[in-house]
Amino acid sequence: MAYAAGVDVGSTQTKAVIINEEARITGRSLIDTGANVVLAAENAYFEALKDAGVREEEIEYVIGTGYGRYRVTFGNTQVTEISCHARGAVHMFANTRTVLDMGGQDTKAIQINQEGEIVDFCMNDKCAAGTGRFLGAASSALDIPLDDLGDTALLSERPVRISTTCTVFAESEVLSWLGKGKKIEDILMGVHQSIAKRSIGLMRRVGIEHEVTFTGGVAKNSGMIYALEDNLGLVLNVSEESHYMGALGAALFALDHIQASRIPTADSTEVVRSHGT
Amino acid sequence: MTYVAGIDIGSTYTKAVIIGENNEIVGKTMCSTGFKLAEVARMALDLSLEEAGLDEQDLAYVVATGFGRHQVQFKDLNVTDLTASARGTAHLFPNTRTILDVGGQTMKAIRLDGQLRVKSFRLNDKCAAGTGAFLEKTARYMGYATEEIGMLAATSKKAVPISGVCAVFAESEVINHLSHGAAPADIMHGAIVSLVDRSVQLMKRVRMSPEYTLIGGILRFNTMARVVREQLGSDVNVPEGELVQFTTALGAAILGHYRLSKLRLEGVEMHRENPMVSA
Repeated sequence: MAYAAGVDVGSTQTKAVIINEEARITGRSLIDTGANVVLAAENAYFEALKDAGVREEEIEYVIGTGYGRYRVTFGNTQVTEISCHARGAVHMFANTRTVLDMGGQDTKAIQINQEGEIVDFCMNDKCAAGTGRFLGAASSALDIPLDDLGDTALLSERPVRISTTCTVFAESEVLSWLGKGKKIEDILMGVHQSIAKRSIGLMRRVGIEHEVTFTGGVAKNSGMIYALEDNLGLVLNVSEESHYMGALGAALFALDHIQASRIPTADSTEVVRSHGT
Repeated sequence: MTYVAGIDIGSTYTKAVIIGENNEIVGKTMCSTGFKLAEVARMALDLSLEEAGLDEQDLAYVVATGFGRHQVQFKDLNVTDLTASARGTAHLFPNTRTILDVGGQTMKAIRLDGQLRVKSFRLNDKCAAGTGAFLEKTARYMGYATEEIGMLAATSKKAVPISGVCAVFAESEVINHLSHGAAPADIMHGAIVSLVDRSVQLMKRVRMSPEYTLIGGILRFNTMARVVREQLGSDVNVPEGELVQFTTALGAAILGHYRLSKLRLEGVEMHRENPMVSA
């Protein structure tokens, strides 16, 4: 059995995924990227190997992706995160036409055609509002763990409208709403709505077409899914593996390489090791 | 003696000034604005009265300005910060044609005409990167308090450029620079250069023209004015010491004097038990 690996080195977190020949995920890991990017890539890789119960020698091809993809020093090659998220999304949801990927520090919208090819994409990595950072700021301002934000927001009955479009100023606005006696869940839903509207603005620039798949770390946030669906008027595809979508896409590309380098003989299939860079 | 008070409720700080008949300052106070605007305005006025050795009955008129001016209950008049800044600046530097006002959460560029009236203005209050918040955040990421910004930047020999346009993402840039051994002073200097770049852009949009006067809390850091001079290639006026933060409140108070004189000429007697409320 051959295995492929994908390592997605993001600005905030690094994800690694191991898949087998049938493109099934057998191992995964998620760690904070921190200051040493090369080490983060290595650690994530080894954690995923342990999770899969697979030895390093059994991995035939490794692809690095994410902003730190060139720091995956043990990788065979690199593929952009746009391609990887698109590949992962289509693998999970074959009718995907639009991908929204929300990470810790950037948000991307990708338009895909019927053949699963990327037609257009648009990214915001300049302004923290409309990215996972906005949630991070709300989390510190309100002293609520990041993982609880979505569930808390879903309790809201009368969402507050957050008027500022800046993450820094929104911190003050959130606190001032608290000071005026607004409920935390109403403020939080307002925050989620704000991010949803920004993201939808980004998506409009590449065109929104059903089916829409939501990927990236923020896709684990139930409040965000609700706010997006509410504003889009569409049901989103969200995979359990949303956080790993980039790494999964990379692993799938790695599997392509493995399959392409196989030469079938008369009796059996022989694996030819690929000597990639 | 007729005393008039001007109160400027800014997004970060509230400033109150009491002036006498000749527009001389007899008392002034500054406090953090916080979230309870009506209370902080009251407190600022009371502290200024205390400093001036006056009671509220001694005040003939109170003018409120700043983003929080509508919350001031005891005012006689509201004026916009543009009008107040223009008046205050014109009083201190009568040849001003362009004002740059950099506060904690806003940046304004104001063009005055020959009669020192507001001709045009541009405002940024949407993005933290174009305000004092950018410097505060940068200082925070390096473990420094807002008040240390001036001292820190003053020791810098060479600015380390901060390229990003977001006060939040600047954190990664700062950490990156620090991990490569850059001095915090040089990074602070770099953040100021970045802010000045944006200031000059804003000033260009009002077709800036000398003389330039710089006001607002951020200008209390000398490096800021120095960098503006370098970028404009021109001299600039900066109100002395603390006055740089009180210029708008002073302008509001001076406008109060004018209004009062006008009312008296019209035969209207001002009693502060019957405050006139107007926008």
